[in-house]
Amino acid sequence: MSLFPNMAVGPTVRAVHDEFHGDLLEVSMGPQHPSTHGVFRMVVTLDGEQIVKLKPVFGYLHRNHEKIAESTSYLGSMPYTDRLDYLCSMSTNWAYALAVEKLSGQAVPDRAQYLRIVMAELTRLVNHSCLVGFLFNDLGTSFTPLLYAFREREKILDLFESLSGSRMMCNYQRFGGCRVDPSPEWLAAAQALVDNFPRFLDEYETMLTGNEIMLARTQGVGRLDPAHAVNAGLTGPVLRACGVDYDLRKVDGYGFYPRFDFRVPLGAHGDTYDRYMMRILEMRESVKILQQAFRDLPAGPVMDPKAKLRGFRPKAGEAYGRLEGPKGELGFYLISDGSPNPWRYRVRPPSLINLTLLEEMCLGHTVADAVVILGSIDIVLGEVDR
Amino acid sequence: MLGSGILKGLGVTAKNFVGSYHDPARMVTEEYPDTPARLPEAYRNFPFLVTENATDPMGTLRCVACQICEKECPPQCIYIEKSKDKKPDATGKPQLYPAVFAIDTAVCMSCQICVEVCPFDAIKMDHVFAVAATNRFEGLLLNREQLAKPNSYFQQIRPAEAGEVDTRLAAERSAAEEKARAAAAAKAAAPKPAAPAATPAPKPAEGGATP
Repeated sequence: MSLFPNMAVGPTVRAVHDEFHGDLLEVSMGPQHPSTHGVFRMVVTLDGEQIVKLKPVFGYLHRNHEKIAESTSYLGSMPYTDRLDYLCSMSTNWAYALAVEKLSGQAVPDRAQYLRIVMAELTRLVNHSCLVGFLFNDLGTSFTPLLYAFREREKILDLFESLSGSRMMCNYQRFGGCRVDPSPEWLAAAQALVDNFPRFLDEYETMLTGNEIMLARTQGVGRLDPAHAVNAGLTGPVLRACGVDYDLRKVDGYGFYPRFDFRVPLGAHGDTYDRYMMRILEMRESVKILQQAFRDLPAGPVMDPKAKLRGFRPKAGEAYGRLEGPKGELGFYLISDGSPNPWRYRVRPPSLINLTLLEEMCLGHTVADAVVILGSIDIVLGEVDR
Repeated sequence: MLGSGILKGLGVTAKNFVGSYHDPARMVTEEYPDTPARLPEAYRNFPFLVTENATDPMGTLRCVACQICEKECPPQCIYIEKSKDKKPDATGKPQLYPAVFAIDTAVCMSCQICVEVCPFDAIKMDHVFAVAATNRFEGLLLNREQLAKPNSYFQQIRPAEAGEVDTRLAAERSAAEEKARAAAAAKAAAPKPAAPAATPAPKPAEGGATP
């Protein structure tokens, strides 16, 4: 017999009559909570310390992105895509450009393809190093790893700023290429940064990976079973931490990724620790990709001469462009009716879809673990809520 | 040994702490208000209007009120009213000018699309970022007098881009003069049949301010 016949609770509630099991407690974490990475809210039902139910509530940062894009020209939505995942604007730009190029059959010059890979991988370095920093913030190491990550991020953002004019809202990709061609000095600075990045990673790992507190707090916490993860449509490092080999860079081979030699790291347990290691290993692979890109970067134009900036009207049709963003499969679905603005514009946000299994990961754990699990999923509310 | 990972990590922290006093790679803090911000040339904040002559900014705006930027601006923060009359531009060709040109910088998202679509190199992105104001409509809604900045300022903040624009405009100007001279010579030589050649074809997209 249940103690709480009128309350819908998760399966782990033990209906035991003893003095240690009092009422279930409903705690609303967020939207203004420092651990929820923005305006995300978790309604957590607790039995003592254990989570028996978790309801994610989002929408606090809803900015009507898709509807705005449907009433703006194709070019006009490009700067709005910067604001989706504001840590990774370069990859988000690329995903949108990919969809529009598919829709209109626009070709992209070789140099631009390489530059896009450079930007996307630099973005991955930014995202993953910061994510690891934030994860440790959630674990309680107040800011030290995060600030080390920010020190490196700052160098990459300086590169982005000197190229595109803005640190985070880059607005760099265009349909048919990239907006500006980096100078040789820029490329040399980027190359130097990439060459030094493994040193930072080594230092980061010396500081973090062997830390016993971290191991105790993350190993076996928030385990996800691969079948469940695939069913829920999870992508990105969260899926690969479960051991599922699914990386769009390999599966789709979009851009010039098939020309690059890199490996896709896979986890074995699907727990928070594997998700952490996935980020570290992916950064090491990104460094490899970047070095190959700098080695092979061809000369030439960065914009297709036939590309149209103004008065862009793709023929009627639909297209879905997707790429492996730092957080997972980032896709843009467009339907054109031949007018200057898309008839339908839909974003497939990796953060939102990865968030759907939050409850399954958190059940049976404590609130402190839920914070860490949420940190390991890697969400950006700009993208979750759009 | 249990705890060795923590000790190693503390070693890294100690190295960073000591290094933050002498190692340039770790001395990364910038004393921003005391030392001015270092802005790369590409840095963009809000748009401004380029004028040819600093002494007569309103008379020498490069903008011809074509309203392309107004149409293309994603957040729709530009408002332009065309003039009723025409004013001669730098080469004496009569052009429309913006009677009203306002940018609501509270709405502007600094995306630079207005700059990219402008065929006249009339609108460019500024480097000024300290623009806090206490009144939204007086401080952030900029009219054309506040937006106009001379070409010399543009050359100062973006030397490479301004140099490229100036060379291109000078080339177009001399080409236009050449064409006008040729047309005048043709007219003088054969006054009657050369009537269509006497009026140089308007070039709305590439002509710059001085075709």
